This record gives sequence, structure tokens and C-alpha cells, in this order.
Amino acid sequence: MLAMNYRGPYRVRAAQKPYPEILHPGDAIVRVTRSCICGSDLHLYHGLVPDTRVGMTFGHEFIGVVEEIGSSVQKLTVGDNVIVPFNVACGTCTFCKQGLFGNCHESNSQATAVGGIFGYSHTAGGYDGGQAEFVRVPYADVGPTIIPDWMDHDDAVLLTDVVPTGYQAAEMGGIKTGDTVVVFGAGPVGIMAAKCAWLFGAGRVIVIDHLEYRLDFVRDYAQCEAYNFRSMDDPVLFLKKTTDWFGADVCIDAVGGDASGSALQTITGKKLLLQAGSATALHWAINSVKKGGIVSIVGVYGPTDNLVPIGNVVNKGITIRANQASVKRLLPKLIDHVQAGRLNPKAIITHRVPLEEVADAYHIFSAKLDNCIKPILIPPSARK
Amino acid sequence: MEQTPNEYSHIKGWGVDADPKNEPTYPIKNYTGDDHQRLNWERPPLQAVTVEILKSNERPNLSAVFGTSSPPSGLSGAIRRYAFKSSESEYGHWLPLLLADRINVVEGIVDDLRQGHIPNIFAEKGWKADWKYNRKGLVQNVLIGVVVTTALVVLLNWKKKRLAA
Repeated sequence: MLAMNYRGPYRVRAAQKPYPEILHPGDAIVRVTRSCICGSDLHLYHGLVPDTRVGMTFGHEFIGVVEEIGSSVQKLTVGDNVIVPFNVACGTCTFCKQGLFGNCHESNSQATAVGGIFGYSHTAGGYDGGQAEFVRVPYADVGPTIIPDWMDHDDAVLLTDVVPTGYQAAEMGGIKTGDTVVVFGAGPVGIMAAKCAWLFGAGRVIVIDHLEYRLDFVRDYAQCEAYNFRSMDDPVLFLKKTTDWFGADVCIDAVGGDASGSALQTITGKKLLLQAGSATALHWAINSVKKGGIVSIVGVYGPTDNLVPIGNVVNKGITIRANQASVKRLLPKLIDHVQAGRLNPKAIITHRVPLEEVADAYHIFSAKLDNCIKPILIPPSARK
Repeated sequence: MEQTPNEYSHIKGWGVDADPKNEPTYPIKNYTGDDHQRLNWERPPLQAVTVEILKSNERPNLSAVFGTSSPPSGLSGAIRRYAFKSSESEYGHWLPLLLADRINVVEGIVDDLRQGHIPNIFAEKGWKADWKYNRKGLVQNVLIGVVVTTALVVLLNWKKKRLAA
């Protein structure tokens, strides 16, 4: 089968790999019909996540058709169209029982901080991902959700990660009616976080980024204010000034370790890898939230040491809330929002690329070429 | 000035998920009361270990299910095995893994050549897309590369000649 194959930082190709096998009675094999490249895949692509091994297939955002099932799978049958959440979750451990599907304890032997994630390095379990024609899906009775007949599959594929992550970012902000919410990053997750902030009753939503085409997009899509930090001397000062010198009620970091905007962070975090990537967005979030405010983090950071302004967290009495999205927990609500027209995920798709051209797709997304917001990959078997 | 909900009528779904009980200091979880049961849940059947799986030393056993994507091998594999002797809170865990990743890239190229495949690094870096959407930047980068390489070669040759003299 054809699959994306990681060869090193900034190098990937489409290559033949063996068809995946059922390795556990709870497994299913899914024939992929659409997969996405996620902003967090770029952290892998840029070599920022430790234990990203040559030969891996990335891709934690995918949908497809159930092709085979293991002996204990009961909720799926061959031929079902399924949304596959990015978390690999057992459904039985203490954390899964509490709805913390992103923190499953039975899906990742190689780290305890994070549960299993499809195609997200060996730090997240060593699973091959969905940027392929077929993929092994463990715990098939837990995560995969049948796509409703009425749902456009372009909407469905975005429910595997980007929409739930954006939604949970807003939810973790504990937004109260009338709150001012600042979202750092106008990538797909930041766009969704801004959009979802309104669902919680935000009074004002502000997005900060440095790419004009993304700022234009988010203004239009999420009906929010959007500003370019390159045009400011100091984004923190700007945000203080525009919030009556108090700061925002809620700040959302939707960037993670690939942040631009600080030479020191870039050198120590992205070039020398001495900290968990560049923590510029996190600094700005902590420093521009009001006293007693909330910082919600969904941007992905690497696991090494991190130079965050923890003193300001203490002095300001900030609540920090962060997690990988628990997709399974959120799916019923999000499917309802899509059906009601409150969320229109597929509108963020700007590029549809054949899987064979995965290297170009990664480069376009990474280098922000051709006004790219969200690329999806279509395997050859899904184009017949 | 306080804004009223009427001002958001153009935003479909405004406030539908507003929940005054969403208290941010309480974690988003369905509290089941068994937080202190620790490892007492009923484990799923265990996946057979068919390839080498490295295990965090912060847990007693392998997870019931795991990925088998790219088992450790070669020099990078040896470094990864060493890294897993340290916990996830140690630089001794993460820095060797990053080093192993870089060595693994060279191993990947050697593997390709061994299998008779010459990797097309330009294609793998997506230069076709660069040529289409960022031609000026691509040409600029190539020119900078050529100038720097030429300067290095000239400098090295000049030093060699000086030493020989």
C-alpha cells in the first residue's frame, strides 16, 4: 500500500509499505478515504519531537471505511464509514473512564505523560498514522464513530482533531458570558478556537498571528478581530491597552513549539532544541491575560525543559489548563453543532492533494505557501 | 460598556454552550470516585510483543496495546535503549533521543542506498512546490548555498596551499 514515509527533518515521501495487520483482538483495519496534515504534524516534520523515527507514517486526522475487524470488535462492521479520533484510547483505564481519552494509560508504553496518538512519533506510542491507504486502528470499539449519513466527509475528517481541539481550547478557558478571549495563532486550531469561543458566550474574540492571509481568513470565518504581531512593537502591551489595561479574561495558546516572534526562543527552542520548542506564544498568553485569568494551552510542545514565565503565573494567580483534546467525549456535541450549522469545518480546507504528492503538501503547509490553511490528502484507492 | 446578547445575533450559536458551572479550576473529567484505585482497572487483552518495544521506566509494564511502527535498530537504536534508562523528566532521556533521531536520518539514507534506492532529496523536501509557489525564494536559497559552498571550498584550498608552502 502507499503511505507517507518520514525520512528526516523536512524530508518525507510517498512509498510502498506493508499492508497493516490485526495485532490485537480489538483492532480494526481502516481503508483511509481522507487524511489531513495537522499543524502539530509540522512539529514532527521540523524534527522538534524526540523519538520520531525514520520510516514512520504520520497522520492522526483521518476517516475511512472499516476493512477488517479483530475477533472482539462488536460495535463496528466491515463497510462502516468512520471518524477516527486522533487519540488511541482503551476505554477501560481510570483516565478513559473519566473521559480523559487523551490520557489513556493502556495505549502508550513509551511515555506516561501522553496517551497513544496515531502517527505521532514513538513518544506517542509508535503507531503508524493515517496518511496512507490503510491503517491499523486499535481499540476499535472505543474511538471510531460512524459518520452520520447526512454528514459531508470533508466535515467529518476535521472532527478527528482540529475541531475538537479548537473547541476544547475554548472549553478549557472556562469562558463566561462577555469574556474577552485572545487566541494566539491563526492556524486551523486557532481558527476553530476563535469560532468556538463564541459558542461559550465570549464578548470579544481577538486573534494574533503574523501571516496576513491567515488573519484575513480568521476575520471572515470566525467573525473576530485579528491583528498582526509583526506590526506591533509589543503584542502584550497592545493587548493590555485594548483591554482597558487589565488583560484578557482568557488567553488560548494554539501555537505550540513552532512559534515565531522571538529570536531567543527560536534559537534555544527550535534550533538548539534546548527547551520544548519556542515558547513565545505561551509567554505572550501568560503575560497578556488578566490577573486571576485563565490560560488554555492546546499548542503542542516537546517534552524537554521549558523556559516559561512561571513566576508570573504565581504572581498573577493564573489558572493554566491544558490537554490533548478528548475527541471521543466531544464528538456528539460537535456533530450536533455541524448539523445545526453552528460549525462549518470544511470551509477551512484550502488544498486537496493526492497522497503521492505528500512531500509537496508538507512543504506548502510548512512554508505557508499558496495561502494554505488546511491541506487534506486523498489516497489513490479513495479516488477510484 | 457591557455588550448585550443582541449584538451577537449575527453569530450563529452564540452562547449555546455557555455554562456558568464550567469552573476552570476543576479538570474536565467525569469524576468517578475511583481516582485512588490506581492500577485496579480490568486490563484489555495484552498485545503480543513481536518487535522490540522500548518502555518508559515510569510505568511497571507495557501498555496493553502499542505501536510497532519502527523498532529500534542500529546505532540510533542503541542510543534509544540508553535513553529509556532515564525517566521522562530527565535530559538524559530526551537529548539522547534527539541525537538518535539525527543519526537515524543518516541510517535511513544508508538503508536506501543499500536497497538500491537513491533518495530524491529535492523531491522529498517538496522543492517542486517551492518552484511553483516560491520560485524567487528557492532561487535565492540555492544561490546562497552555492556562494557559501564556493567560499568554503576556496578557503579550504587556500589553507591547504599555505600549509604546503
